[in-house]
Amino acid sequence: MADYVELMGFGPKGWGLLMAQAALMTILVSATAFALGSVLGAVVAWARIEGNRAVRVAADTYTTVLRGIPDLLVIYLLYFGGSQALTSAAHLFGASGFVGVNSFAAGAIAVGVISGAYQGEIFRGAFHAIARGELEAARSVGMPRLLLFRRIIAPQALRFAIPGLGNVWQLALKESALISVVGLTELLRQAQVGAGSTRQPFEFFITAAALYLLLSTFSGMAFQRAEALAMRGVRRT
Amino acid sequence: MDTPFIVETLKLLLAGVPLTLKLAFYSIAAGAVFAVLLALMRLSRNRALDYAARSYVFVFRGTPLLVQIFLIYYGLGQFPEIRQSFLWPFLREPYWCALLALTLNTAAYSSEIIRGGILSVPFGQIEAARACGMSRSLIFRRIIVPQGLIVALPAYGNEIILMTRSTALASVITLMEVTGIASKIISETFRAVEVFVCAGAIYLLLNFAISRAIALLERRLAPQRRGAKPGTGVPEPAR
Repeated sequence: MADYVELMGFGPKGWGLLMAQAALMTILVSATAFALGSVLGAVVAWARIEGNRAVRVAADTYTTVLRGIPDLLVIYLLYFGGSQALTSAAHLFGASGFVGVNSFAAGAIAVGVISGAYQGEIFRGAFHAIARGELEAARSVGMPRLLLFRRIIAPQALRFAIPGLGNVWQLALKESALISVVGLTELLRQAQVGAGSTRQPFEFFITAAALYLLLSTFSGMAFQRAEALAMRGVRRT
Repeated sequence: MDTPFIVETLKLLLAGVPLTLKLAFYSIAAGAVFAVLLALMRLSRNRALDYAARSYVFVFRGTPLLVQIFLIYYGLGQFPEIRQSFLWPFLREPYWCALLALTLNTAAYSSEIIRGGILSVPFGQIEAARACGMSRSLIFRRIIVPQGLIVALPAYGNEIILMTRSTALASVITLMEVTGIASKIISETFRAVEVFVCAGAIYLLLNFAISRAIALLERRLAPQRRGAKPGTGVPEPAR
């Protein structure tokens, strides 16, 4: 046990600081991905509610494909496909050799694109939970569409979406571990590095697992607080 | 489009399908047995059993599957006790480690689905069965299982699809299933887009077949619900 404390501590031989930094990177990349997913999700929800046939089919396909294909494949596509495009672009300008895309960007976009597919469904469900009468009333007093969205739809849909968004956030947090395969030094990658150089994989992976558990528990509590706060004006019976 | 390359890639990728299916099938089957056990533990009156199952589900749903795979594959081998035990011939094989991690992971998610199914059976029915003098196991078999299964099936279908998708992570510990082969081809040819399209098509086809099978099963099990739209649930939180 004392060995473990020294290994994961903040002393000269300890990995504590590196692991904490890596956990911060995990939060950063997950949050970036989640934010990107929110934007994409809003677009998808709009497409599936208001769009014409072609737009609807496109949004439908996006959702089905991203929810059915392994996340790992999407990360490979963005990282290697992006690098492939970047390399050939660089060759056009006379550079040589391999140009890799930034693994943070590729990973955040990949997880964000997947998250967007889930968030689209959640926003769509939340929109349908708004009472139709409210939309009709707003239209009948002559609200322009943008105002209607800002004052009537967005505040209520967001409120209904919070529990679902909490689930999707947990998903993004856990999927961010997969970005380690393209070399971003987030929590799992740091644990792998530590395991490799100390030959104590169990200690490192169990620590990583505990940190993930901590992150998901605390963010879960935050979402619960947010839900309670947002729902305080809603009658439940 | 380079058709010969795509055909060649598809051929190579299809060779990985049996392993993908094997991983998915065995882990789901073993996970289902374990999940029923966990669900019964959660519902039992014994507080110790309840808390044990609760913490298990909490830990396995709160950590990434990839961490669980690494912990089993790299972490367990660190202990001489395990290296000298009868388990070592299994635990040193990436195949068994992946299967174990997938099983433990899906058991945690499925147990909550099964618990929801069991709880959905109205208590009046159980009371009535008791009043008729049915034994506990008979009540479980005749009253709870047939009705709970129908409720749990859509969510369980989602879980099956998610598991099929999750088998891709086995490629990280060197298993050559579809994603493993895909990443090998990508790193050899650097043609990520074509390979991605081929592998993606294979996964979509598999998932389509699974969701059709589940829908069919749902129709068979719940003839009274025909016409209702199957599989319209909220997305499940994944690993």
